Order: sequence, then structure tokens, then C-alpha cells
Amino acid sequence: MTVKVLIPTPLQKLTQDKATVECEGTTIADMVESLEAQCPGIKARLCDESGKLRRFVNFYLNSEDIRFLENEATELSDGDEVSIVPAIAGG
Amino acid sequence: MTATTLTATSPLSTTSKALAGLKCKECGAQYEAKATHVCELCFGPLEVRYDYEHIKRTVTRETIAAGPNSIWRYKAFLPVETDTPIDVGTGMTPLLKANRLARRLGLKNLYIKNDAVNMPTLSFKDRVVSVALTRAVELGFTTVSCASTGNLANSTAAIAAHAGLDCCVFIPSDLESGKVLGTLIYNPIVMAVHGNYDQVNRLCSEVANTHGWGFVNINLRPYYSEGSKTLGYEVIEQLGWELPDHIVAPLASGSLFTKIYKGFREFVEVGLVEDKDVRFSGAQAEGCNPIATAFKENRDFISPVKPNTIAKSIAIGNPADGVYALDIARKTNGNIEEVNDEEIVEGIKLLAETEGIFTETAGGTTIAVLKKLVEAGKINPDETTVVYITGNGLKTVEAVQDSAGQPMTIEPKLDAFERALERARTLDRLEWQQVMV
Repeated sequence: MTVKVLIPTPLQKLTQDKATVECEGTTIADMVESLEAQCPGIKARLCDESGKLRRFVNFYLNSEDIRFLENEATELSDGDEVSIVPAIAGG
Repeated sequence: MTATTLTATSPLSTTSKALAGLKCKECGAQYEAKATHVCELCFGPLEVRYDYEHIKRTVTRETIAAGPNSIWRYKAFLPVETDTPIDVGTGMTPLLKANRLARRLGLKNLYIKNDAVNMPTLSFKDRVVSVALTRAVELGFTTVSCASTGNLANSTAAIAAHAGLDCCVFIPSDLESGKVLGTLIYNPIVMAVHGNYDQVNRLCSEVANTHGWGFVNINLRPYYSEGSKTLGYEVIEQLGWELPDHIVAPLASGSLFTKIYKGFREFVEVGLVEDKDVRFSGAQAEGCNPIATAFKENRDFISPVKPNTIAKSIAIGNPADGVYALDIARKTNGNIEEVNDEEIVEGIKLLAETEGIFTETAGGTTIAVLKKLVEAGKINPDETTVVYITGNGLKTVEAVQDSAGQPMTIEPKLDAFERALERARTLDRLEWQQVMV
């Protein structure tokens, strides 16, 4: 599966300033590995030492928070858009 | 103003003596005081660092009291460098001894911090926006923006208008009409997004990556959030330079709660107030209760929820500062409680009937949680308890219009008045008020 990944500003140093990167993978976890292969070092920013996604990182699959889906095991389809967003506040 | 006038600008980097830079709350990595809000290493939130020794040498109770009658009397504790911040009279709202509400609930020392009358847009958001836009100007932004549940949009649009900044705000499309109008009137660009606040927020994060605007609650967030500390400072000063025993405040993102705590601790650290334990209790709506649920389940992480409550101003299903709010409630021996929509409306009415303050749904939530905590024996009647009322009821009339009753409609005749008065005193008003007497 080929998906489009939206990269937030703080990570764009690792993607040669690209705001989007095309990745392969059948799940979010696969996609992170694909992203790491293209942009070495990015996985360590997204995941903690145990390999789990960091608590201040949000992943959205086609606008839906993956925590409402299957987290890292959420399955991807061709053409999906995955957005990586740092936690933010407001009101 | 039109879309074509919105311009991207490059932030500059500057630091003052008191403003020492930014620091990651999670891993401690340090950054310059630029327009950035997350740690590049671990994605943790960035917070402003100050030189407290410098503040301690230069600030006294007297220098504060001699300052302006606004949040800027505490400028030494705020992350700006200018001598001329944007001052539209924000802050120094009343701290009211709420004797009638206290008696109704069985408390003895209850105070209301009334930001329903904050200036210029009648919510606590004017505090954070005054700070954020002052910093935005310092950093060279000419366009400001925000993701908002309503109050923040009102405030950003109004203060941007005053400061002559271009403004584009993003709100969920289902907001209360008063909050939409209360933004449009200042003539910003308003994007009403089909989706809930968390979806608006995600969109804004993506926009913030590309447009070079100053988003008050995204890339300016470290500065913006510091404005809420003034709700802590003012209560200390208004209590005669003393800390309260217990505070109750609404929880949306959790930022306000954590910054009141930070404000209290800073005044202790620089010697402006004597230290004592203060309990921190938080209020959520049952229809958006991610922090209350984590508190009850004794978890140290927050599971996001999809909001469904009339308390739209605090309907944040994915609260960024939720874990920090949880930590503060636990370590101060406070509580986090939730109430349903019916209780929220009753809370609005109770505060109005006893103290003459018309608050919005967030305030109704807070009063209803106060009542619930008292009934559960979780507030000592003798404690000096401060309840934070953060917004104005005239913005959310939809929430109470079916339960506040109707005026008695009468003919312009004395006997019609007398008959109506008699009935008003003897009958349940709601049942007959709509009938001509």
C-alpha cells in the first residue's frame, strides 16, 4: 500500500524539508518503518525506547485519530493520508 | 481586510533578562524563545524558562501594586520583552466573596474569581491572547490565527483588531450563534469547519506548518498559555497576598489548571507569598470527560473521547495538557469530577440566582462540580475555596433558554399587574408564564 504522510514542521529537518512523504506499509507500524528507511532517525522521534508511539504524538488516518481505530495496528489502504500531529491545546 | 492581505513573516529571535528561553517539559531540551511549541527530540510541549533570581531582585508587592490595573502589572512573570504590551484592560477581574452561594452549599469561605467580566471579550481567553499577540508582534508576525471552541476566537479577533494585526480563525461549524457573531463582528476571516474541535485543531496544525502565521494556541502556545498564570497571581493579591486552600476550575485542554498552579508556585518561589498546600480540583462535563475518567481509573495517560455535551467551550476530547492536570490534582490531594448537561444548566442557574453572575456552560460545569464535591464531603466547609468562572452566559443562551422561564406578559393595566404578581407568588411560574394574565 502506498500512503501519503504529512510531516509536521519539527520533523521536516529529517525529511529534507518535505512536508509530505510517500510511504509503503499495510499498517501504521509498517508505515513508520518505511518512513525510517527513507528518513533515518525519524522513528526515534516518533517512538520511545520500547518502540511504542510517544504519548505526545498523534497519528490521524484520513482525519481519524488512530486511537479510535487500532492504534499502531490500524490497517492502511492505497491512497490513504496519514497525518502526524504534535499534541496541541486550545479552547 | 481580505485573504490577499494575509502575509507570512519570518519570526525573529530575541531574549530578555527574565525570559530565558524555552524548555521541553518532558526531556528538558532547551530552545531559543522563538515561535515553536514542541520538542524536536521527543515531541513534548515546550514551556517558557525565566530567570527567577532576576525577578526576585526586581519585583516586590509594591512594584506590582504600582503597576497598571490589568494583567500587565505582572509583566515580569510574562514572556514578553516590550515596555508597551497590548493592554486592553485585560485582567484584574473581581474576586467576589460568594456568601449566598456558600450558604446554599454549606460552605463558609467561598470566593468566585469572575472572568465572565474579563475585558474585552468576557472570558479568561483575553489573558492568554493579550500575551500571545504581544509576543507575536515581538516575533515579527503580521497575521495571527487560532483553533477555537468560540471564546478564543472572540478574543483573538478582538485583540488583533485593536493591535492592527490580520486575523484568520478556525471554529467548529456547530458553535453557539453568539460566539460566531462575537467573532465575525471584528471582521477577521472565519473558517467554520465541519467537525469537532479536535478536528479543527488538527487542521490548524497542518495549516501552521505551511503558512507562517502566528497561531496563538499552536506555534505561540508556550507564550499564550503563560497568560493564564495571571489568574493565580490575581487571586493571591486579591486575598491580601495569601494562597487559598482549595481551587476548583474547569478542565478543557488542562492548560488553565496547570498555569494557575504554576502562578501560585512562582509567587512562592520569589518570596511574594508564604507557602502552603493548595488543593486543585477540576471540572469536566460527562459528555467530554477524558481527564475525569483517567483520574477515576487511576491511569497516568489520557484516552481521547468524542465530545457530546452542551459545554462546548470545554469540549476537548484530546486534551494536550491532560496528563499534567491529572498529576496536579493527585499530588495536591484534589479531585476531578464530572457532571451531566442537566446539572450544568442547574449550575448556571444556581450561580445566577445566588450571586448575580451569569456564566456560560463551562462555569455551569464548574459550579455543578463544586456542589458535587461538597455533597461528597470533598471540600472542607472552612477551607478558603476559590472557584474560577471563566466565561459569560450571554454567549451561550441556547444552553438555558428553555429552562430559564419566560417573562409574564400582561396588559398595561394595574389590575393585570396585581393578578400576575399574585400568581407569580403562588404558582409554579414555568407552567403558566407563557399565558397572558
